[in-house]
Amino acid sequence: MIAGISIYEILTVTSILFFIGIYGFITRKNLISVLISIELILNASVINFVVINKYLYPDMLQGVIFSIFIIAVAAAETALAVSIIINLYRQISSVEVKDTEIMKY
Amino acid sequence: MEKYIFYILSFIIIAFAVASVSSRKMLRSVIYLLFVLCGIAGIYFLIDYNFLAAIQLTVYAGGIIVLIIFSVLLVHHIEMELEMAKVSRKILTALVCSLGLGVFLYTIYNNEFVVVENQITTSTADIGGKLLSYDAGGFILPFEVVSVLLLAAMIGAIIIAKGRKLNDKNEEAL
Repeated sequence: MIAGISIYEILTVTSILFFIGIYGFITRKNLISVLISIELILNASVINFVVINKYLYPDMLQGVIFSIFIIAVAAAETALAVSIIINLYRQISSVEVKDTEIMKY
Repeated sequence: MEKYIFYILSFIIIAFAVASVSSRKMLRSVIYLLFVLCGIAGIYFLIDYNFLAAIQLTVYAGGIIVLIIFSVLLVHHIEMELEMAKVSRKILTALVCSLGLGVFLYTIYNNEFVVVENQITTSTADIGGKLLSYDAGGFILPFEVVSVLLLAAMIGAIIIAKGRKLNDKNEEAL
C-alpha cells in the first residue's frame, strides 16, 4: 500500500474518473469517442478492484485476477467495436451516432 | 515521497481524462487517453503490483491505443473538428454527473473500511499459480473461457471488418 495515502483518497480519484467517463459517454456524438469513454469507465473499475484487494485483503489475489480478466475482455470488446466501426464507415461513410439508425448490415 | 507521487499521478489522470472527453480533435483525444492509461499504470507500480502495471502498459497503451489510432486514421479526416453537444445538454449532463459523484463520495466516506496495514509484495509466480490452480478458489476455468473468448473475438473482428463488398467481388470473379 502507498505510504501516507488512505483508501478514501484513491476511491475519490477513481469515482471522479468514472463520472468523467459517464459524462463523455453521454455528451459525445462520435462512435470512437464513445469507445474512449468506455475505456475510462472500465479503467476506473479496474483500479477499484486492485486497490480494495491491496488495502482490505492483502493476502488474497482475487482482485488482481479479476482485473486481468477485465483487461482481456476490454481488449476483445475494443477489437470488435473497431471492426464494427470500420464496416459501418464502408456502408454509410460516417461514424456519427445520429447516422447509425439501421441494425441490418 | 510516495504521497506526492500519488498526488501528481492523480492530477495527471484527472486532467487528461477531462481533456480526453472535451477535446474537439479526434486524434488528440486518443493521445490524452494514452496519458491517462500511463498514469494508471503508475498507480499500479506505486501499490506494488508490477505484473498488473506491465499488463496495463502492454495491452492498453501498446495494443488498444494503437487499434483506436488506426481506426481514427481509417475513418476520420484529421482536420475535421468534432460536432459537440448543445451547451444546455452539456450542463445538464455535468449536473447529473456531479450529483452521482456526490452520492458515491458520501457513501465512500461514510463507510468504515477495515484497512490491513501491510507491505506484502506479490510475485508474478503467485498470480500464475492462482490462475492455473485446480483447487477451491482457483481460476483455471475462467482462464480457459477467456482464451476462447479472445479467439472468438479475433475471428468475429476479421469477419465483420472484411465486409460484404469483398465477397461480392469474389463472387463476380468466380
